Amino acid sequence: MTEVVQPRVAARPPRPRSATFGGIGPAPGTAGDTGPDYDAIHAGPEFTALRARFRRFVFPMSALFLAWYLAYVLLAAYAKEFMAIRVFGAVNIGLLLGVAQFASTIAITAGYVRWARRRIDPEVAALREAAGVER
Amino acid sequence: MSALAQGGQVGDPVLNTVVFGAFVVITLYVVYRAGSRNTSTADYYAAGGAFTGVQNGIALSGDFLSAASFLGIAGAIAINGYDGFLYSIGFLVAWLVNLLLIAELVRNTGRFTMGDVLAFRMRQRPVRAAAATSTLVISFFYMLAQMAGAGAVVALLLDVHGKGGQALVISVVGLIMICYVLVGGMKGTTWVQIIKAAILLLCVVLMTVFLLGKFGFSLSALLDQAAANNTKGEKILDPGAQYGKTPISTLDFISLSLALILGAAGLPHVLMRFYTVPDARQARRSVVWAVGTMSVFYLATLVIGYGASALVGSEKILSATGRENAAAPLLAFEIGGTVLMGVVAAVAFATILAVVAGLTITASASFAHDVYANILRGGKADAAAEVRVARLTAVVVGVAAIVGGILANGQNVAFLVALAFAFAASANLSTLLYSLFWKRFNTSGTLCGMYGGLASCLLLVFFSPVVSGSPTSIVSGVDFHLYPLSNPGIISIPVSFVCGYLGTVLSRDKADPAKAREMEVRSLTGIGR
Repeated sequence: MTEVVQPRVAARPPRPRSATFGGIGPAPGTAGDTGPDYDAIHAGPEFTALRARFRRFVFPMSALFLAWYLAYVLLAAYAKEFMAIRVFGAVNIGLLLGVAQFASTIAITAGYVRWARRRIDPEVAALREAAGVER
Repeated sequence: MSALAQGGQVGDPVLNTVVFGAFVVITLYVVYRAGSRNTSTADYYAAGGAFTGVQNGIALSGDFLSAASFLGIAGAIAINGYDGFLYSIGFLVAWLVNLLLIAELVRNTGRFTMGDVLAFRMRQRPVRAAAATSTLVISFFYMLAQMAGAGAVVALLLDVHGKGGQALVISVVGLIMICYVLVGGMKGTTWVQIIKAAILLLCVVLMTVFLLGKFGFSLSALLDQAAANNTKGEKILDPGAQYGKTPISTLDFISLSLALILGAAGLPHVLMRFYTVPDARQARRSVVWAVGTMSVFYLATLVIGYGASALVGSEKILSATGRENAAAPLLAFEIGGTVLMGVVAAVAFATILAVVAGLTITASASFAHDVYANILRGGKADAAAEVRVARLTAVVVGVAAIVGGILANGQNVAFLVALAFAFAASANLSTLLYSLFWKRFNTSGTLCGMYGGLASCLLLVFFSPVVSGSPTSIVSGVDFHLYPLSNPGIISIPVSFVCGYLGTVLSRDKADPAKAREMEVRSLTGIGR
């Protein structure tokens, strides 16, 4: 299993940014207890940066694995001779590429988890803190 | 022991029944213990959000690995070789869509159902009605495939060959399933999934290690033997034994691949699982564990499938009751005698039972939460009444599954699972993605995308060789097929994306920008949830 999340979570920085939410604070006209002010959070630089960072990672990564999977499917459908080339013993390129799909899936999963833990979770925690939401 | 009779019956039906009975007793006990406090809607639908990522991940794989995955893929690899393996890859890679684009955002945005996410910033009633329609249609088709498969498994494993006897067993399986859902709610059902997934995984891993050991841990030797014992010979090691026959069947394979990889993230019973964990990080961990367990499972089925061809032989598998589906049980008998056969039989039943339970709770949640509480009662339903409606719906859905299973018994319904995936990919994935990532997306876009996807799927299937014009069609004698492929995905998935886009751009409907901003914030940060 690629999952080793728990130990490092404790090492998350102790959210120093609590009261300085992009210098915005509660927007005028919103009482403190009517729930979080989503418009203010949405306009804040922290959130904009977080959203951009998230999309910069997941969109290209999704495009990448979809393209790699489609390439594999098209090879299996139209390049049978290529897939049937023996590499060692009875094991051919098709089988190796298939196993490579497993490997890439596991690698992308591990990579995303690692990335999200470092680059997303602390930001989300800070935003939640600023919005006054306890975890 | 009735040994290997000509009918293909192997193993000891009494032993099979006993092992399965033990599974039922244990799980019913667990469900009873887990479900004693199912009073609130959050408890019944989402187990109070109290499961850990690891538990939910294993339960996700339990929900996802249906009998079709276990018996079907092992059998497909045993008979058609590499082409069966292609299924496994699609099922696994599909989870990346969930991991990257769906799981965490859905967890943060919704509470109980897919409709929660889709209706978040749209007009509640029409969107919830569409979401419930799609959930019920998908769940019902998926369930029908499972229950109809149950008949074949019964014949194979319990030596019940009469239609009446099989109907009785299907009814019993259905009633046990209803018990799980009524008594245990989401919590009990989740535990059933966890137990079943653990046994299933243990079982396939042990068989795999044994098989590899038998061939001196040389995959190559196993493959050689598999090819030698298969009537298709060396062709089973290469792609194309099943799908490569004609250009049309190749195209059909591509269509199926698209539906598989894009469908998993739109299956309502998978989406609903993300609500059983406390936060987005645990939802992410769920997918990680699901990917881990499923990688092991699908690699193991590769070895088991080829192993069945090597040790049992394709001719013997095809002459057994249940044909392809018999590959794994026959292999278990070959390597572990009646006891292992009994375990595999019990696992197969447990799989059907657990998957149908997961589907039933999803369908009942969607009806009670989307239709009853939000459409009929305008979101002001009393929680106790909502849970009552959900339980009642579960009974109705369960009975429908039993009746449907009995009627469809023996029919060729394997296409139903692929169809459910095509529906999920066409109606749900497009609208979920638009809804999460496209600000302008609005109510009419949602409705166009969902109904467009559903309708194009249904039409294409109706005019496909599945329904008429080929030897295996449902309707024989008349030929009104216009669409050459049996899987609609390659057309219907783009159609739903285009419909969703056009429906949004062409309508005078305005998206609610404040709600869109709120949804963006909530989906990424989980604030407000």
